Amino acid sequence: MLFQDAPANTTTYMIAGYAVIFGVMLIYLISLYLRQRNLNQDLEVLEELDEPE
Amino acid sequence: MQTKPRLLTVLDIVTVVMLLAATWMVFFYAPTEAVMGDVQRVFYFHVAAGWVGMLSFLVAAVAGVIYLIRGDRKWDTVGLSAVEIGIVFAFINIVTGSIWARPIWNTWWTWDPRLTTATVMELIYLAYLMLRQGIEDPDRRARFGAVYAIVGFLSVPLTFFSARLFRTIHPVVIGANAPGAEGQFDMTPLMLQTFLFSLLTFTFIFVDLLWHRIRVGRLADKVEQLRLKTIQ
Repeated sequence: MLFQDAPANTTTYMIAGYAVIFGVMLIYLISLYLRQRNLNQDLEVLEELDEPE
Repeated sequence: MQTKPRLLTVLDIVTVVMLLAATWMVFFYAPTEAVMGDVQRVFYFHVAAGWVGMLSFLVAAVAGVIYLIRGDRKWDTVGLSAVEIGIVFAFINIVTGSIWARPIWNTWWTWDPRLTTATVMELIYLAYLMLRQGIEDPDRRARFGAVYAIVGFLSVPLTFFSARLFRTIHPVVIGANAPGAEGQFDMTPLMLQTFLFSLLTFTFIFVDLLWHRIRVGRLADKVEQLRLKTIQ
Protein backbone atom coordinates (compact mmCIF):
# COMPACT_ATOMS: atom_id res chain seq x y z
CA MET A 1 0.00 0.00 0.00
CA LEU A 2 3.08 2.26 0.10
CA PHE A 3 2.99 3.67 -3.45
CA GLN A 4 -0.70 3.33 -4.21
CA ASP A 5 -2.40 6.37 -5.79
CA ALA A 6 -5.98 5.42 -4.88
CA PRO A 7 -7.55 3.93 -1.75
CA ALA A 8 -7.64 0.13 -1.61
CA ASN A 9 -10.92 -1.46 -2.71
CA THR A 10 -12.18 -2.72 0.64
CA THR A 11 -15.92 -2.00 0.24
CA THR A 12 -16.90 -5.68 0.69
CA TYR A 13 -15.26 -5.75 4.13
CA MET A 14 -17.02 -2.53 5.12
CA ILE A 15 -20.39 -4.05 4.10
CA ALA A 16 -19.58 -7.22 6.06
CA GLY A 17 -18.64 -5.14 9.11
CA TYR A 18 -21.86 -3.13 9.12
CA ALA A 19 -23.93 -6.27 8.43
CA VAL A 20 -22.47 -7.74 11.63
CA ILE A 21 -23.07 -4.53 13.62
CA PHE A 22 -26.72 -4.11 12.60
CA GLY A 23 -27.41 -7.86 12.48
CA VAL A 24 -26.20 -8.52 16.03
CA MET A 25 -28.00 -5.43 17.40
CA LEU A 26 -31.22 -6.51 15.66
CA ILE A 27 -30.97 -10.06 17.03
CA TYR A 28 -30.48 -8.67 20.54
CA LEU A 29 -33.45 -6.32 20.17
CA ILE A 30 -35.66 -9.19 18.96
CA SER A 31 -34.52 -11.35 21.89
CA LEU A 32 -35.41 -8.54 24.33
CA TYR A 33 -38.83 -8.10 22.72
CA LEU A 34 -39.58 -11.85 22.77
CA ARG A 35 -38.51 -12.22 26.39
CA GLN A 36 -40.69 -9.28 27.43
CA ARG A 37 -43.69 -10.63 25.48
CA ASN A 38 -43.33 -14.14 26.94
CA LEU A 39 -42.94 -12.80 30.47
CA ASN A 40 -46.05 -10.63 30.07
CA GLN A 41 -47.99 -13.71 28.90
CA ASP A 42 -46.71 -15.70 31.90
CA LEU A 43 -47.64 -12.86 34.23
CA GLU A 44 -51.20 -12.73 32.89
CA VAL A 45 -51.66 -16.49 33.39
CA LEU A 46 -50.17 -16.42 36.88
CA GLU A 47 -52.31 -13.44 37.91
CA GLU A 48 -55.42 -15.30 36.73
CA LEU A 49 -54.39 -18.35 38.76
CA ASP A 50 -53.65 -16.17 41.78
CA GLU A 51 -57.08 -14.47 41.79
CA PRO A 52 -59.40 -15.70 44.58
CA GLU A 53 -62.31 -17.71 43.15
CA MET B 1 -48.58 -5.74 32.05
CA GLN B 2 -45.90 -3.08 32.55
CA THR B 3 -46.63 0.46 31.40
CA LYS B 4 -43.81 2.00 29.43
CA PRO B 5 -42.55 5.32 30.87
CA ARG B 6 -42.93 8.27 28.53
CA LEU B 7 -39.27 9.18 29.01
CA LEU B 8 -38.27 5.74 27.75
CA THR B 9 -40.34 6.25 24.60
CA VAL B 10 -38.63 9.62 24.07
CA LEU B 11 -35.24 7.97 24.63
CA ASP B 12 -36.12 5.24 22.09
CA ILE B 13 -36.98 7.86 19.46
CA VAL B 14 -33.91 10.02 20.16
CA THR B 15 -31.66 6.93 20.03
CA VAL B 16 -33.06 5.74 16.69
CA VAL B 17 -32.71 9.24 15.18
CA MET B 18 -29.13 9.46 16.47
CA LEU B 19 -28.28 6.02 15.07
CA LEU B 20 -29.66 7.02 11.67
CA ALA B 21 -27.67 10.29 11.78
CA ALA B 22 -24.48 8.49 12.85
CA THR B 23 -24.91 5.94 10.05
CA TRP B 24 -25.39 8.74 7.54
CA MET B 25 -22.24 10.48 8.84
CA VAL B 26 -20.22 7.26 8.60
CA PHE B 27 -21.19 6.63 4.96
CA PHE B 28 -21.70 10.12 3.52
CA TYR B 29 -20.13 12.74 5.80
CA ALA B 30 -16.77 11.25 6.72
CA PRO B 31 -14.26 11.12 3.83
CA THR B 32 -12.81 7.88 2.52
CA GLU B 33 -9.46 7.15 4.13
CA ALA B 34 -6.66 7.53 1.55
CA VAL B 35 -4.92 4.19 2.11
CA MET B 36 -7.37 1.74 3.66
CA GLY B 37 -10.41 2.75 1.63
CA ASP B 38 -13.98 2.02 2.74
CA VAL B 39 -13.13 -0.58 5.39
CA GLN B 40 -11.80 2.24 7.58
CA ARG B 41 -15.47 3.28 8.07
CA VAL B 42 -15.89 0.20 10.26
CA PHE B 43 -13.62 1.98 12.76
CA TYR B 44 -16.36 4.43 13.90
CA PHE B 45 -18.81 1.78 15.16
CA HIS B 46 -16.05 -0.70 16.04
CA VAL B 47 -14.56 1.66 18.64
CA ALA B 48 -18.01 2.81 19.78
CA ALA B 49 -19.07 -0.83 20.36
CA GLY B 50 -15.86 -1.44 22.34
CA TRP B 51 -16.64 1.66 24.42
CA VAL B 52 -20.15 0.38 25.20
CA GLY B 53 -18.71 -3.03 26.12
CA MET B 54 -16.29 -1.51 28.62
CA LEU B 55 -18.87 0.97 29.96
CA SER B 56 -21.30 -1.92 30.53
CA PHE B 57 -18.75 -3.89 32.51
CA LEU B 58 -17.96 -0.78 34.58
CA VAL B 59 -21.68 -0.34 35.34
CA ALA B 60 -21.89 -4.04 36.31
CA ALA B 61 -18.94 -3.66 38.71
CA VAL B 62 -20.45 -0.52 40.29
CA ALA B 63 -23.84 -2.27 40.58
CA GLY B 64 -22.03 -5.20 42.22
CA VAL B 65 -20.45 -2.91 44.83
CA ILE B 66 -23.81 -1.25 45.58
CA TYR B 67 -25.50 -4.66 45.86
CA LEU B 68 -22.90 -5.91 48.34
CA ILE B 69 -23.38 -2.76 50.45
CA ARG B 70 -27.18 -2.51 50.34
CA GLY B 71 -28.29 -6.06 49.52
CA ASP B 72 -31.06 -4.72 47.27
CA ARG B 73 -31.82 -7.19 44.46
CA LYS B 74 -32.58 -4.44 41.97
CA TRP B 75 -28.82 -3.80 41.75
CA ASP B 76 -28.31 -7.43 40.84
CA THR B 77 -30.73 -6.90 37.94
CA VAL B 78 -28.77 -3.80 36.89
CA GLY B 79 -25.51 -5.77 36.98
CA LEU B 80 -26.86 -8.70 34.99
CA SER B 81 -28.44 -6.36 32.43
CA ALA B 82 -25.20 -4.42 31.98
CA VAL B 83 -23.13 -7.60 31.56
CA GLU B 84 -25.53 -8.96 28.94
CA ILE B 85 -25.33 -5.73 26.91
CA GLY B 86 -21.55 -5.62 27.38
CA ILE B 87 -21.18 -9.13 25.97
CA VAL B 88 -23.21 -8.19 22.86
CA PHE B 89 -21.19 -5.05 22.14
CA ALA B 90 -17.80 -6.58 22.98
CA PHE B 91 -18.70 -9.34 20.51
CA ILE B 92 -19.50 -6.73 17.83
CA ASN B 93 -16.19 -5.03 18.63
CA ILE B 94 -14.16 -8.23 18.25
CA VAL B 95 -15.87 -9.43 15.05
CA THR B 96 -15.73 -6.05 13.29
CA GLY B 97 -12.08 -5.75 14.29
CA SER B 98 -11.40 -9.10 12.68
CA ILE B 99 -13.19 -8.02 9.48
CA TRP B 100 -11.14 -4.79 9.38
CA ALA B 101 -7.92 -6.74 10.02
CA ARG B 102 -8.33 -9.03 6.99
CA PRO B 103 -7.47 -6.44 4.30
CA ILE B 104 -5.25 -4.29 6.56
CA TRP B 105 -3.17 -6.88 8.43
CA ASN B 106 -3.74 -9.59 5.81
CA THR B 107 -5.15 -11.93 8.45
CA TRP B 108 -8.52 -12.44 10.16
CA TRP B 109 -6.90 -13.01 13.53
CA THR B 110 -3.59 -12.79 15.36
CA TRP B 111 -2.86 -13.40 19.04
CA ASP B 112 -1.84 -9.79 19.56
CA PRO B 113 -2.05 -8.47 23.18
CA ARG B 114 -5.10 -6.28 22.44
CA LEU B 115 -7.02 -8.98 20.58
CA THR B 116 -6.14 -11.56 23.21
CA THR B 117 -7.13 -9.40 26.21
CA ALA B 118 -10.40 -8.38 24.48
CA THR B 119 -11.24 -12.05 23.88
CA VAL B 120 -10.36 -13.00 27.45
CA MET B 121 -12.57 -10.14 28.70
CA GLU B 122 -15.48 -11.45 26.60
CA LEU B 123 -14.95 -15.01 27.89
CA ILE B 124 -14.80 -13.79 31.50
CA TYR B 125 -18.23 -12.19 31.17
CA LEU B 126 -19.68 -15.20 29.33
CA ALA B 127 -18.52 -17.23 32.34
CA TYR B 128 -20.44 -14.76 34.56
CA LEU B 129 -23.68 -15.84 32.85
CA MET B 130 -22.71 -19.50 33.21
CA LEU B 131 -21.94 -19.01 36.90
CA ARG B 132 -25.37 -17.48 37.48
CA GLN B 133 -27.06 -20.35 35.66
CA GLY B 134 -25.45 -22.76 38.11
CA ILE B 135 -26.78 -21.14 41.31
CA GLU B 136 -30.45 -21.58 42.24
CA ASP B 137 -30.70 -19.51 45.40
CA PRO B 138 -31.38 -15.92 44.17
CA ASP B 139 -29.55 -14.17 47.03
CA ARG B 140 -26.49 -16.40 46.71
CA ARG B 141 -26.58 -15.95 42.92
CA ALA B 142 -26.71 -12.18 43.31
CA ARG B 143 -23.88 -12.16 45.86
CA PHE B 144 -21.62 -14.37 43.75
CA GLY B 145 -22.53 -12.38 40.63
CA ALA B 146 -21.63 -9.10 42.34
CA VAL B 147 -18.23 -10.34 43.50
CA TYR B 148 -17.54 -11.87 40.07
CA ALA B 149 -18.48 -8.64 38.26
CA ILE B 150 -16.11 -6.65 40.51
CA VAL B 151 -13.18 -9.05 40.11
CA GLY B 152 -13.92 -9.59 36.40
CA PHE B 153 -13.70 -5.84 35.84
CA LEU B 154 -9.90 -6.13 36.20
CA SER B 155 -9.95 -7.43 32.61
CA VAL B 156 -11.35 -4.10 31.34
CA PRO B 157 -8.43 -1.73 32.14
CA LEU B 158 -6.07 -4.54 31.11
CA THR B 159 -7.77 -4.64 27.69
CA PHE B 160 -7.83 -0.85 27.37
CA PHE B 161 -4.17 -0.39 28.25
CA SER B 162 -2.89 -3.52 26.48
CA ALA B 163 -2.38 -1.59 23.23
CA ARG B 164 -0.42 1.05 25.16
CA LEU B 165 1.63 -1.13 27.50
CA PHE B 166 2.61 -4.05 25.30
CA ARG B 167 4.24 -4.43 21.90
CA THR B 168 1.23 -4.62 19.59
CA ILE B 169 0.18 -4.07 15.99
CA HIS B 170 -3.22 -2.72 17.09
CA PRO B 171 -3.47 1.06 16.52
CA VAL B 172 -4.79 3.34 19.29
CA VAL B 173 -7.02 6.41 19.02
CA ILE B 174 -5.95 8.15 22.23
CA GLY B 175 -2.20 8.35 22.85
CA ALA B 176 0.85 7.37 20.83
CA ASN B 177 0.84 4.24 18.67
CA ALA B 178 3.30 1.43 19.36
CA PRO B 179 6.22 1.35 16.84
CA GLY B 180 4.85 -1.81 15.19
CA ALA B 181 1.22 -0.61 14.95
CA GLU B 182 -0.36 -1.13 11.54
CA GLY B 183 -3.52 0.53 10.25
CA GLN B 184 -3.24 3.85 12.09
CA PHE B 185 -4.38 7.02 10.33
CA ASP B 186 -4.64 10.74 11.01
CA MET B 187 -8.25 11.78 11.56
CA THR B 188 -9.46 14.76 9.58
CA PRO B 189 -11.94 17.12 11.36
CA LEU B 190 -14.89 15.42 9.57
CA MET B 191 -13.64 11.99 10.66
CA LEU B 192 -13.22 13.22 14.25
CA GLN B 193 -16.75 14.66 14.30
CA THR B 194 -18.15 11.37 12.98
CA PHE B 195 -16.15 9.40 15.53
CA LEU B 196 -17.26 11.53 18.49
CA PHE B 197 -20.90 11.50 17.35
CA SER B 198 -20.74 7.70 17.01
CA LEU B 199 -19.43 7.42 20.58
CA LEU B 200 -22.28 9.64 21.82
CA THR B 201 -24.85 7.64 19.81
CA PHE B 202 -23.65 4.32 21.19
CA THR B 203 -23.76 5.76 24.72
CA PHE B 204 -27.44 6.59 24.11
CA ILE B 205 -27.98 3.06 22.71
CA PHE B 206 -26.42 1.64 25.89
CA VAL B 207 -28.63 3.68 28.24
CA ASP B 208 -31.73 2.83 26.20
CA LEU B 209 -30.97 -0.90 26.04
CA LEU B 210 -30.03 -0.99 29.74
CA TRP B 211 -33.34 0.56 30.70
CA HIS B 212 -35.26 -1.97 28.55
CA ARG B 213 -33.20 -4.89 29.88
CA ILE B 214 -33.71 -3.83 33.51
CA ARG B 215 -37.48 -3.73 32.86
CA VAL B 216 -37.31 -7.28 31.49
CA GLY B 217 -35.29 -8.32 34.56
CA ARG B 218 -37.82 -6.83 36.97
CA LEU B 219 -40.65 -8.49 35.07
CA ALA B 220 -38.82 -11.83 35.32
CA ASP B 221 -38.45 -11.35 39.10
CA LYS B 222 -42.16 -10.56 39.41
CA VAL B 223 -43.13 -13.66 37.40
CA GLU B 224 -40.77 -15.80 39.50
CA GLN B 225 -42.25 -14.52 42.78
CA LEU B 226 -45.80 -15.05 41.56
CA ARG B 227 -44.92 -18.55 40.34
CA LEU B 228 -43.51 -19.49 43.75
CA LYS B 229 -46.62 -18.03 45.44
CA THR B 230 -48.92 -20.02 43.13
CA ILE B 231 -47.05 -23.27 43.75
CA GLN B 232 -47.25 -22.85 47.56
